[in-house]
Amino acid sequence: MSGPSQYTPKSNFAKWLERRLPIISFVYDSFVAYPVPKNLNYMWTFGAILSFMLVAQIITGVVLAMHYTPEVSFAFNSVENIMRDVNWGWALRYAHANGASMFFLAVYIHIFRGMYYGSYKEPRELLWILGVVIFMVMMATGFLGYVLPWGQMSFWAATVITNLFSALPVVGPSITTWLLGGYSVDNATLNRFFALHYLLPFIIVAIVALHVWALHVTGQNNPDGVEVKNVKKDTVPFTPYATMKDGFAIGVFLVLYAWMTFFVPNYLGHPDNYIEANPLVTPPHIVPEWYFLPFYAILRAIPNKLLGVIALFMSILIAAALPWLDTSKVKSGTYRPTFRKFYWIFVAVSIGLGYLGSQPAEGAFLWVARVLTFYYFFHFLVILPVLSRREKTTAVPNSIAEAVENRGASHA
Amino acid sequence: MRDPRQMFTAFTRMKSLCASTLIGAVMMLTPNLMMFETQASENSKHEEAPKLHEWSFAGAFGRYDTAQIRRGFKVYKEVCSTCHSVKMLAFRNLSQPGGPEFSEREVAELAASYKIKDGPNDAGDFYDRPGRPSDRFPPPFANEQAARAAMSGAYPPDMSVLAKARGHSRGFPRFLLDAIPGVSYQEVGADYVASLLMGYAEPPADVKIPDGQYYNIYMPGRRIGMPSPLSDGAVTYDDGAPQTAEQYAKDVAAFMMWVAEPHLDARKRIGLGVISFLIVFAGLLYFTKRKIWSNVSH
Repeated sequence: MSGPSQYTPKSNFAKWLERRLPIISFVYDSFVAYPVPKNLNYMWTFGAILSFMLVAQIITGVVLAMHYTPEVSFAFNSVENIMRDVNWGWALRYAHANGASMFFLAVYIHIFRGMYYGSYKEPRELLWILGVVIFMVMMATGFLGYVLPWGQMSFWAATVITNLFSALPVVGPSITTWLLGGYSVDNATLNRFFALHYLLPFIIVAIVALHVWALHVTGQNNPDGVEVKNVKKDTVPFTPYATMKDGFAIGVFLVLYAWMTFFVPNYLGHPDNYIEANPLVTPPHIVPEWYFLPFYAILRAIPNKLLGVIALFMSILIAAALPWLDTSKVKSGTYRPTFRKFYWIFVAVSIGLGYLGSQPAEGAFLWVARVLTFYYFFHFLVILPVLSRREKTTAVPNSIAEAVENRGASHA
Repeated sequence: MRDPRQMFTAFTRMKSLCASTLIGAVMMLTPNLMMFETQASENSKHEEAPKLHEWSFAGAFGRYDTAQIRRGFKVYKEVCSTCHSVKMLAFRNLSQPGGPEFSEREVAELAASYKIKDGPNDAGDFYDRPGRPSDRFPPPFANEQAARAAMSGAYPPDMSVLAKARGHSRGFPRFLLDAIPGVSYQEVGADYVASLLMGYAEPPADVKIPDGQYYNIYMPGRRIGMPSPLSDGAVTYDDGAPQTAEQYAKDVAAFMMWVAEPHLDARKRIGLGVISFLIVFAGLLYFTKRKIWSNVSH
């Protein structure tokens, strides 16, 4: 939190350093003394899990980059070479590929937690928008990374996604050519995708820094959605309370991550990506990675290509407008019974869109996808604004301390 | 659906999830499974789901069966290698742990029995020399065009990662179970290969198979360019295993799985250690966390 530092340097070196670069007090105030609402549940550990995953992806990724060759005739074989002949290469590559999935799993839980507890509301609008930006850069990074092994799905996913830009009027085709570095996905594309895939994670690090900075200014939201009134009564210091709880959550998350990496490493992948890219053979079904499926369903639900692309981007960007769509003064879904019902319907719709994204866009699948796409936007543009005005909320506690006391009383 | 051109494209596809997704849709819409099966067999365009086999390497404790991988290698060497390359497999791999585990001398002798193109030498010429353990298996054809010319247009795919490049949609909700410890299923590629090799049959009366193609119920589109490669007794086993086509199919599928995933044994062994450690570690973190929070109501 902002304000004078809680850190007093003791040693001479710390005093010397503090006068010149107050880095110790910065770390101390941010990760030791920083007050954390004491009513946070385990849904609040995903920030730490995501930070861990970001670092894990960068470390495995940098080592993989030492062995990978971004050239169309070598890329596929260089990945197989990593799997076969590089010491621990199989572990690095499976950890990185599954790490991307775990990263997205965590980010989806993180985002849906924010939606349930109204974490986007005043004064956390910018914090939320930064989160949406991080999510978008993550999506770009995930897509670029999927292209690098240069399998059939890599190649055709790159073709489909870059093709989206050609839907733009007038400038579309030129932009697509510019993105590809040619007229089709080829060596120039692979090379620049590799360069960007290496660059973007560091951009994410920078935006995460802003995200955490903004968080530390406003303080965390919490399951009761009431702001901290009394630091002594409502909060506990970050260390050891939050650090230990986050540590435990990361430990549990790692068990899942290790299971995926060591025992079912290809479960989330597509067998076609073990066939080397071939521009002359189109796979019968081009499907993106699972974490893009809901958006892919929205794209294909709309018969017009340009409108489909607009719907795709809007379905992500609309989240940034949440603070102004949901104007209810009550933050937490805990005290909004009607909102809660619509929230879970929205979760089900999002998962349903994900399933439909994996199916061919035809017949009943297509029509259900259209209904769900309509509902997806309806939730943001109609349900949330109307709910904010009409809904009867239940009594919100006056403070975090009171909420904790009430809960203790009802448990006893 | 009956347009022969469409049927041909279906055949040329390396792999068709289309059928399986359709089957998934039918499964969701018709609770009567029998009805769905007759529909599927009537529609001869779509392939059957691969048969499930017992694999020694399935599950968290699964490991390759050395004897089986050796037999599978023999089948590959004596039958498949006439047309199929394994470009990523080096002779030295055959002596690595978690594979056929031949001795280094056996590998050196085997390698020496192959001719490897090398060069240029000091005179600028390319020449043939006996193979070394560090060499990779030489392909049966110089390039794709040579293969197609020799195989009346068909191109036998490289077998290096083939067992991981084939799948079959399991449909909802089984696909969700396939990731769960205890019931996980990751052997669809091996099941597919073993099924396909035994999947040749007489085509139904209404299905016409063009010359140079064969009817196989597990192949997407049910048409395959490869004639039935295995017959009883074609390969001699010296370990007493039954010398039947079915056994050959299973053994060579296991061998192909090993070629595609040579570090599976190490991966699962290390994975057990990693997961055991993490569970204990997370447990310790939990009790520490509980101790720390014990004096705070939250």
